[in-house]
Amino acid sequence: MTSARDQILAGIRRSLRRDAPAPSDAQACAERIERHPRNLIPARAQLPHPEQVELFVSMLGEVAATVQRLPGLEAVPDAVADYLASQNLPAELRMAPDPDLEGIPWERRPTLTITTGRAEDRDPTSLTGAAAGVAETGTLVMTSGAEHPTTLNLMPDTHIVVLRADRIVGTYEDAWDVLRARGPVPRTVNFITGPSRTGDIEQTIQLGAHGPRRLHVLLVEQAGA
Amino acid sequence: MQSTSHAFKDNARQAVGDPRIRKAMGLMKPGFQDRRARALSRLPEFERLREEGKAIKDHVLANLDVYLERFESKVVEAGGQVHWCRNAAEAREAILGICRSIGARTVTKGKSMVAEEIAINDYLEEQGLTPIETDLGEYIIQLRNEPPSHIIAPAVHLSKEDVEQSFREIHTWMDPARVLAEPRALVNEAREVLRRKFQEADVGITGANFLIAETGSTVIVTNEGNGDLTQTLPKVHIVLASLEKVVPTLEDASTILRLLARSATGQEFSAYTTFSTGPRRPGDLDGPEQFHVVLVDNGRTAMLGTEFQEMLRCIRCGACMNHCPVYAAVGGHAYGWVYPGPMGSVLTPSLIGVQEAGHLPNASTFCGRCESVCPMKIPLPKMMRHWREREYESKLQPAAYRYGLGIWAWFARRPALYHLGTRLAAGLLGRLGRGRGRIASLPLAGGWTGGRDMPAPQGKTFQQLWAERARGREAA
Repeated sequence: MTSARDQILAGIRRSLRRDAPAPSDAQACAERIERHPRNLIPARAQLPHPEQVELFVSMLGEVAATVQRLPGLEAVPDAVADYLASQNLPAELRMAPDPDLEGIPWERRPTLTITTGRAEDRDPTSLTGAAAGVAETGTLVMTSGAEHPTTLNLMPDTHIVVLRADRIVGTYEDAWDVLRARGPVPRTVNFITGPSRTGDIEQTIQLGAHGPRRLHVLLVEQAGA
Repeated sequence: MQSTSHAFKDNARQAVGDPRIRKAMGLMKPGFQDRRARALSRLPEFERLREEGKAIKDHVLANLDVYLERFESKVVEAGGQVHWCRNAAEAREAILGICRSIGARTVTKGKSMVAEEIAINDYLEEQGLTPIETDLGEYIIQLRNEPPSHIIAPAVHLSKEDVEQSFREIHTWMDPARVLAEPRALVNEAREVLRRKFQEADVGITGANFLIAETGSTVIVTNEGNGDLTQTLPKVHIVLASLEKVVPTLEDASTILRLLARSATGQEFSAYTTFSTGPRRPGDLDGPEQFHVVLVDNGRTAMLGTEFQEMLRCIRCGACMNHCPVYAAVGGHAYGWVYPGPMGSVLTPSLIGVQEAGHLPNASTFCGRCESVCPMKIPLPKMMRHWREREYESKLQPAAYRYGLGIWAWFARRPALYHLGTRLAAGLLGRLGRGRGRIASLPLAGGWTGGRDMPAPQGKTFQQLWAERARGREAA
């Protein structure tokens, strides 16, 4: 008895009126995967880097995310504490165990309670980095790993993201190149564009359906400053 | 699910008289059509991207076996498993087997049309498991025991009052005096209830918008984030996908993603687009321990190499139904199975047979809007015509229809007689409708005039006018 797998593949070949693919076709498919050529790239984000940053910020605004631009990482503790206070949120963070974030001078705001690890259900606010920002649509690229649990992107009501401005790229394809250069694709790659939303009740948009209802990006201009 | 597609005419008649469906469908234009138009106006390359998207899918279909084998090998390399299933029964068995292997009791689900196709919820319930839909719209219709009425907005036919009523009936442990008048309150309640379910679940089932041969990744696109919680919190992630979802590379998926959200909801991009590759890695603090792809054929390979092959390019955006005057009049339930609207009229007879669903392709005015908005340029009206031919060939229509068509054909092959007949008929009908310009009822055509007036002919046939015009031109 042949397996379902073999029968399905045989059925495909029968429908395509051929046996195994011609060696030249198989070769072309293998090359396409190997070279992963880009298709048409919209002109919108093919810009000098400073303009890509501007586009990223304006697209974030369109999807109801908020952005604050900071001169360096040392400004992050004040920005976080002030943001939480402005939203009447508790001064608590669940932070990704990411050395870049752990190196931030948090002692400047001793009232902030910071724990690291994956998100638990009642965590009000998470803080993570991002592997890239895509200017084209204001999209944050989050990759799973020991330094970035995926639950931090999804479970808390408020998600604060520290993104270095030099990590902003034009397009999704640019982001893939960044990820490929780091090694095999991680278990989870989240492209996140604004807070969670639903239009399932009478087509009115509501934020915070299942994921965060607030997405706040701290855009840090100088890397490592 | 059990199909009622054979009863389309009765379903449709009922729907047209339902004021709730009228109201819900009235929101379609500002909700979907206008937003899509705005999104397209901001991307000048959209038309060229459509061509590229179509070319990617055509290339995949011509090499489907190659890309599926490659996809499988990469899933395995990443530590996952692929379960090949020829039909719905095999897919249900595969899913049940995985659930049983870990002693699962609760299963959360992201939105998946293939899951509707194989009716996995009913099956899991019969087997003593508890499946829970987590997309808000799907959750609502699951509570109401209804099928989806739209492929991306499953509860689009319901009002907030309907939702409130269902929540009060089912969420009986909550305070009966709570206020649920506004969508915000309903969303908050669903969030609270479902958050607990996400954490209790042993298995999470999602669909897939794409399977990527290059990396063995599966891709889901959502706005709520429910699919992400579904696949991140339980021990086991099952991806349920039909086999035509495969694309070669991340670049190819990116191109089609530029078309998908804009065509579906008119967004520039959906809130969450997630690429999942295998189970969690060493050192990861969260994510599933097992990753399974249940790869379902269920009629797709039989469409390959036929006049319906192009339907396999469909990316399930819903633009065709959002722009369809028939869908707008009858809503999604009238179509009687999983897939409504123009794409459903083409796909349903392919998947469940022309005997059951042969009438759906007649539910079209052939206005062509579905094809004109389809991001994958699927010639939907042409394929509906193919189905009509098949329905005629299999003698499935009523006798009166077939005889009527036979009589028309006899005349049409005799032009002189045909012209005489139409001239007489046009004159007669013109006199019948004199003064009002319309005819309210006609013998033998009560079915047609029952719901609308027929415009009265102006007295001359097209052929007569054409001939007069030609003479006028010669004289000039």
